[in-house]
Amino acid sequence: MIVQSKPKRNGFFHWTVARRKVLWAYIFLAIPIVFFAYIRIYPAFFAFQMSLYDYNPLAAEQPYVGLENYEDLWKELNKRRSVTKAAFQNTVNYVLLGVPIQLCLALAVALMLNEIRFLSTPYRILFFLPYVTSTIAIAWVFRMLYQPQFGFFNVMLQLLSLPQQPFLNSPQQALPSVLALVVWQGMGFSVIIFLAGLKQIPRTYYEAAEVDGASRWHTFRYITLPLLNPSIVFLLVLQTISFLRMFAPVVAMTVQGQGGPLDATTTVVLRVYREAFQSFNMGYASAMTVVLFVVILIVTIIQLRFTTRSIN
Amino acid sequence: MQTVTPSNLFKDQARATAVGRGRGDKKYRIFSYLVLTLIVITITIPFMWMISTSFKPESEILRRNLFPVKPTMDNYSEVITETELPIWYKNSLIVAMICTISVAFFDSLAGFVFAKYQFPGKRFIFIAFLASLMVPTEMLLIPWFIMSSNPPIPVGGTWVDTYWGIAFPGVITAAGIFLMRQFMQGVPDELLDAGRIDGVSEFGLYWRIAVPLSLPAIGALSIFTFLGNWNAFIWPLIATSRSEMFTLPVGIQQFSSEADTPWNLIMTGASLSVLPLMIVVIIFQRYIIEGIALTGLKG
Amino acid sequence: MRKLLAILAVAVIALSLGAVALAQDDVVEIEYWQYNFGARVDAMNMLIEQFHEENPGIRVVHNSDIPYADFRTEIAASAPAGVGPDIVTLYFGWIIAFVDAGYLVPLPEEPFSEAFIRETFSPMVANSKYLGEYWTVPTAVRSLALFWNKDIFAEAGLDPESPPQTLEEFQEIALATTQYGDGGQDVLNVTQQGFSPTMQGQIHHWFRDVLIRQYGGQSYSDDGRTVMYNSEAGCEAFRWVTEFELEHVTGSFDIMDGSTNAFVNGDVALHVDGSFRVGTIRNNNPDLNYGVAELPVGPNGENHTFGSYWTHGLTRRAASDPARMEAAIKFLEFITTPEAGALWVSIVGELPAQLESASDEMLLADPILGPFSAGLEYASATFFVDESAQRQVMLDAYDFVRLGGMDVCDALDEAAALEQELLDDFWAERE
Repeated sequence: MIVQSKPKRNGFFHWTVARRKVLWAYIFLAIPIVFFAYIRIYPAFFAFQMSLYDYNPLAAEQPYVGLENYEDLWKELNKRRSVTKAAFQNTVNYVLLGVPIQLCLALAVALMLNEIRFLSTPYRILFFLPYVTSTIAIAWVFRMLYQPQFGFFNVMLQLLSLPQQPFLNSPQQALPSVLALVVWQGMGFSVIIFLAGLKQIPRTYYEAAEVDGASRWHTFRYITLPLLNPSIVFLLVLQTISFLRMFAPVVAMTVQGQGGPLDATTTVVLRVYREAFQSFNMGYASAMTVVLFVVILIVTIIQLRFTTRSIN
Repeated sequence: MQTVTPSNLFKDQARATAVGRGRGDKKYRIFSYLVLTLIVITITIPFMWMISTSFKPESEILRRNLFPVKPTMDNYSEVITETELPIWYKNSLIVAMICTISVAFFDSLAGFVFAKYQFPGKRFIFIAFLASLMVPTEMLLIPWFIMSSNPPIPVGGTWVDTYWGIAFPGVITAAGIFLMRQFMQGVPDELLDAGRIDGVSEFGLYWRIAVPLSLPAIGALSIFTFLGNWNAFIWPLIATSRSEMFTLPVGIQQFSSEADTPWNLIMTGASLSVLPLMIVVIIFQRYIIEGIALTGLKG
Repeated sequence: MRKLLAILAVAVIALSLGAVALAQDDVVEIEYWQYNFGARVDAMNMLIEQFHEENPGIRVVHNSDIPYADFRTEIAASAPAGVGPDIVTLYFGWIIAFVDAGYLVPLPEEPFSEAFIRETFSPMVANSKYLGEYWTVPTAVRSLALFWNKDIFAEAGLDPESPPQTLEEFQEIALATTQYGDGGQDVLNVTQQGFSPTMQGQIHHWFRDVLIRQYGGQSYSDDGRTVMYNSEAGCEAFRWVTEFELEHVTGSFDIMDGSTNAFVNGDVALHVDGSFRVGTIRNNNPDLNYGVAELPVGPNGENHTFGSYWTHGLTRRAASDPARMEAAIKFLEFITTPEAGALWVSIVGELPAQLESASDEMLLADPILGPFSAGLEYASATFFVDESAQRQVMLDAYDFVRLGGMDVCDALDEAAALEQELLDDFWAERE
């Protein structure tokens, strides 16, 4: 930016255009700057700080405890059995199960949707509708569908003469059952992203492939998949982060929002919520959010590395 | 990557996909229809169940029939007259509107500034805004809670149980600013300079030139902001404690108590919270789908 | 500019006038909080009205909008800002956390001396004593009793007026009243439950504080610091509870959303719950033909029941201002009198915490409240250091048996180890 003409007087109306533009830029940004500084950035530092205190909102004073909260967390994670340990394990399971299922399913659907013309738009909308529904509302619907005695799924199983399943009431089946809701709800979003990615692939590539007589699988493997890489990486990261932050479905689908049975569905964020707002161990809960932040940061950095790598 | 505008993104979708692939095409297409139809049916089951249950009389709730034997509107009248659902509806609407209007204005204004102005510290400020995206909101919940209970501007005591208290984390969004910046870069500089020569104020340039040219993007952003806030759960759960301040998701969650899970009321509440949005989405589907594609592409 | 000054001047004058008006008003305002529970809110409103009449100088602001699940969160939200209640009603199992945080202040010697509290209140109120001080006193207390559905009894050919007296009879009746659909004796096939052991409800209390004692065991050591339920008696009692679902298939939490809901809807024959459930039934299904009896006696012939209470404490905020503290003490005294307890039982159905009102002839003769009231004589409560965590341990133990197929004794050992760790951590920090 070059400001050459000198202002003759210091009055506002005699400023150069460039200077006035700078001033206006700051004026326009004033409220967003205050907002980000105070609502987004300062609280992040505050969370770090809280994690070093035995922070209890009921108390008049908050004693400084150094890294004790992190030590406690480490101890909990190394116990033979603890809710916190279960929460971290489950969260990893949600990511490891949920992300691949979500992406593969969405990619398959996108490829098929990309192929059809008739009914293409209504199908797209239908796939997308779950994404706009309230997770809490729809989690309750799923909870009812899973109800062992009168829920839809067991009614169907019975019609097909298959054994009845406990679903949410079984420590083994509960986590996949919760996951099914998340996949159901989130798939439409991934499908749209894939469709947009597919559209970015120049048609000439496919034409060339066809001339070469490449099979459908080869076309997919050597053209579609590599060229879809940005969308895949983007979704991979986005879905990983969203599974790391699981909360609402578990609260709505488990008895009294406890993340049961036997802590089989509880998540890190649910632990944070309970520790902070029901047990008032806000320092300890903050330490957990800091750990979550670090994990998400690492995932994001890996994303940046992948996406900046050029794709040929 | 080429500039993508919402209007050209999906226009020739059908054509683009219909690249002539001779052999096995028909078989593959039939297969696709079969699989897709199966998945679509699976997707609609929860909606059907939800709506069907909302018309079941209480005596049929714990039975195994899929459709109501004696359909009734009782659940709807009970939910509307005997629960606080209408109030939660109003609260959700108010909070979502506050955020949507604020985001549409401030995000597009900030996007405009980042796209069209040069000023010292621009890069730093922009990166600082974007960096905030890296911090998961979960980490901010506890500080926000402490801030709300002892706020800097203590209007009427605390922010807990106020519309502002529920809305404040979402009134400006970094992702929206980023999206708007990408868009506003497409606004021709010549138009702005011509406006300046005509004596249009800087705010006028934004309001009368940049905004009209970016309406599709602002529209998509607004719809997303509305959806996001309408469905938001964890912060409204923490920021409210009195039932008359609950938003819909918080209220629906509280329907179930230790002694009672009123399934018929929950399903009715869920239907009422989900259906209007679904209708809006069907009407505005183009904007929404394009909006997602865009945010997705730009990451 | 002149206009602005004029407006400012008017504003300043108006504000100072307001301040003068406030200063002249000698009314002390105190805030009272309890969670939202219809009948309790009504009863407290009546007490406050009476209190206002007797004490025109004090105004009590009653905040009862907060639902149970958010109650503690809301208190925590109010504390940093220095606002919130002067008197607050808490579950007795939560007191420790609030005392440790310095949120509650000890009750003043005058009028709440130890001798006075011991003489006046039900023995279980001793649970409000911690670190040598009394921190709270209740208006009312609750005990567990047996609910039975008379219609189901009659259908099964049993005398609808004779509830089970012993645990054996309890089991026999549960078996006799369970009905299945076409598919045989399967949990998902139960159409009418004889008894559904819903740990989430009150059954974990029934097991921990009643059945173990009746089987000749002890849940905790006398000083409350050692878990003792993983004993032979504990195993036997636990087996007895778990067998309803696993052996006899008389019901399960998985069907019809647990026993409380199902009992209120008339689908369960036998149910163990507190007197507060009487109100739920009155509201949700007033036609339910049910009776209430004392809990059945155990193998050792003893009567036991679990007592619990919501209890009022004075907060740091009240203590910060002598005038408010004085008003708060007056109010606390007022809402814990035998008269208040008598009013409470008539509206809420919770029993008076004061011995004088609880032993009232009329109350003991009441067909619904009488059995609860009779139970107060032998009721005991667990001293919880962390009520939610200790409750969860019990729930998990049951699920280990039910869902994990674990042996009952192993499940109890596991639970005891976890809970002992909780207790040890707690006491280690305090010594």
